[in-house]
Amino acid sequence: MAIEANRTAEASVKGTMILLTRRADFSAAHYYWNDAWSANENERVFGKCSNRNGHGHNYTLEVTVEGEIDPVSGFVVDLKALKDIIEREVVQVYDHRHLNLEVPEFERMIPTTENIAIAIWKRLDGKISGARLHRVRVYEMPDLFADYMGEV
Amino acid sequence: MRAYLSRRYRFSAAHRLHSDAYSEEKNWETYGKCNNPHGHGHNYVVEVTAGGRVDAQTGMVCDMVKLDEAVQKNIVSRFDHANLNLDEGFRDVVPTTENLCIEIHRKLSSVFVSGALGRVDLVRVRVEETKNNSFEYSGN
Repeated sequence: MAIEANRTAEASVKGTMILLTRRADFSAAHYYWNDAWSANENERVFGKCSNRNGHGHNYTLEVTVEGEIDPVSGFVVDLKALKDIIEREVVQVYDHRHLNLEVPEFERMIPTTENIAIAIWKRLDGKISGARLHRVRVYEMPDLFADYMGEV
Repeated sequence: MRAYLSRRYRFSAAHRLHSDAYSEEKNWETYGKCNNPHGHGHNYVVEVTAGGRVDAQTGMVCDMVKLDEAVQKNIVSRFDHANLNLDEGFRDVVPTTENLCIEIHRKLSSVFVSGALGRVDLVRVRVEETKNNSFEYSGN
């Protein structure tokens, strides 16, 4: 009976795609500034975000992966491995850092929430074994977030 | 690269779920306590998702100040501390949160289509009626 039940479960999950989301937090400083523009233009476009002394946020990152459920483990992805990848690739690089001054991808790219989502996608893409990256969502605040889904 | 920006807004409003096409019994059977003739209210949360290319100069999908102004002017100021049943958008339809979601999408869609927010489109409107139920509409 047990074997039969297992086989049924195996048949029902095979080929079924599932989404799994893991959350992580980091706190960082940033400012918005475009070197190609005058100080006045930066202030006009970015408002108080252009203050060169910087400001900061408690960011929440949601990483959603997509994959088939392993019939033996019942997992889409090894959660601990996913947590470690996010920790190593993102949190350790971004947390308690100044994004403009200390994170290489933002030397030439303004660390808006949109660009942070894209940068995190690039950091994670291809590194999660067994699953495909589906969406990177970055909350700058509980009421403001950006999504990137790998679209060109 | 195409990305999506979402922003959450709030308003508090009263409504009553009632259809003139139904009998008193049928209304009660369909809507239960939401059919209370005196109405009731919710703290609604509206989540607006805009999609577009990330501008190479600004790093942004859209101007958030303009988005805030548009939602404030067209949605929040219209519905906050109002009775939805008396709103012109619900003269012919019941102000369920499904219909509210569609009405908000319809109104905001015209703002996006007008180009007032730049080259960005309205991807989704999500309305939370309570923390346990929410509705989404992405247009047809």
